[in-house]
Amino acid sequence: MFTQDVILENVLVCLRDMIPGAETVGPDSDMVDDLGLESVKMMDLLMKLEDDYDLSIPINILMDVRTPRQLAASLIGYLEKRNGPV
Amino acid sequence: MGLYDKFSRLAAERSSLQSLDPSPFGTRIDVVYSSTRGRIGGTDVILAGTNNYLGLTFDEDAIEAARHALTVEGTGTTGSRMANGSYGSHSALESELATFLNRPSVMVFSTGYVANLGIIGTLAGPREVVLLDADCHASIYDACTLGGAEIIRFHHNDAKDLERRMLRLGDRAKDALIIVEGIYSMLGDVAPLKEIVDVKRRLGGFLLVDEAHSFGVMGANGRGLAEEQDVEDDVDIILGTFSKSLAAIGGFAAGRSSEMEVLRYASRPYIFTASPSPSVVASVRSALKTIAARPQLREKLWSNAQRLYDGLAALGYSMGPRVSPVVPVMVGSKEQGVKFWRALIDQGVYVNLVLPPATPSGVTLVRCSVSAAHTSVQIDQIIEAFAALRPSLKLTA
Ligand SMILES: Cc1ncc(COP(=O)(O)O)c(C=O)c1O
Repeated sequence: MFTQDVILENVLVCLRDMIPGAETVGPDSDMVDDLGLESVKMMDLLMKLEDDYDLSIPINILMDVRTPRQLAASLIGYLEKRNGPV
Repeated sequence: MGLYDKFSRLAAERSSLQSLDPSPFGTRIDVVYSSTRGRIGGTDVILAGTNNYLGLTFDEDAIEAARHALTVEGTGTTGSRMANGSYGSHSALESELATFLNRPSVMVFSTGYVANLGIIGTLAGPREVVLLDADCHASIYDACTLGGAEIIRFHHNDAKDLERRMLRLGDRAKDALIIVEGIYSMLGDVAPLKEIVDVKRRLGGFLLVDEAHSFGVMGANGRGLAEEQDVEDDVDIILGTFSKSLAAIGGFAAGRSSEMEVLRYASRPYIFTASPSPSVVASVRSALKTIAARPQLREKLWSNAQRLYDGLAALGYSMGPRVSPVVPVMVGSKEQGVKFWRALIDQGVYVNLVLPPATPSGVTLVRCSVSAAHTSVQIDQIIEAFAALRPSLKLTA
């Protein structure tokens, strides 16, 4: 159930909730430069994903993440590294 | 692409605020008259934007001790304790702090920031997990990054959320580091240490409490929040700074067991930086004696805090969650905040402007800090300044 696409879709929904007027956010929007998301907000977003999936995901996975697509990929990468293929 | 290009957004944002004089991000206090009075440009101000909680920056004993140390030990140590050797006064300060805190082991660092890097960054290696309060100070985040540990945040002051996140970790929770602060520097609220300790007793973990803003300020003897909440035996390491109630610069870690001593040989921020200057060590030793000898300083601090909190609340301002030496006042938008802060200086009151993202939950606030050295008259003058500006701020308090 944790496919990259499912996670990506959830990330986009969360972002649209968090940022007023961000309907145009897409998988490759730059969350910092285009959406003006501060690093604290990125960490809050991750906290919400942890709760949605009832999983532990460290903020370390946010390093080098700029876009929703990269976030989904990084998250899946972490889970696979910890638990084997998901 | 130039190296500085990545800062262009930041530069643009800051330059719009920097054109103000004085600027909230480059305030220059041109003259410091005392621990509570100074001059900014041509305006005399009450200093209510410091961390000078006990007002000891001009304490005569501390100044005399520092002066004496300068004369007999010189201006600096010129090296690190590991490579160049400790001075007797470093060790004396460590043992005096250990006695004060009733703990077997204390390590002194060059700043509080470095203490956090040196303890957390060394204990929490790549195989460890750290659970930290989401509102923890930047030095704690940086320390975790330095060590390479996995960082899991829990909701601010929410022990249930900590528990939920520890349960998710399964067996790894037993050796996880849990990090919280005593008093939080922006909202002045305090950690629910009893509840956090309760989670720790059930699920394991190693608890560090950064008492930067609460050391000397809370507890019957000034040992901090852990003393106040009677959970000192459950706190594995207390972290602190000399830059606030102790009125100088430096930091410390106090271990519940002497196991911590091994970090002297492993902690790079302890080893690879110069040790604190003799005059600094001397003034801290003196201030520590004063804290132990004069609990009335703490009483005065808290009665000032209560007076300011009540006065501002009565004006209808939206305030922090509890009476505390840190008194935040919400001031609306960023633009309103900048104007308000500026107008307070014109009224003769210097406080700190704090803008998001440095503030929790995206609010703009002015952060007032109270000192034991403030007179009741000064506290009332601060309240009057806020009263004069109240009509300019349309707030639904
Ligand atoms: C919670 C906390 N920890 C650590 C520090 C760093 O202390 P220092 O200023 O001594 O480096 C501060 C202060 O800025 C702080 O608020």
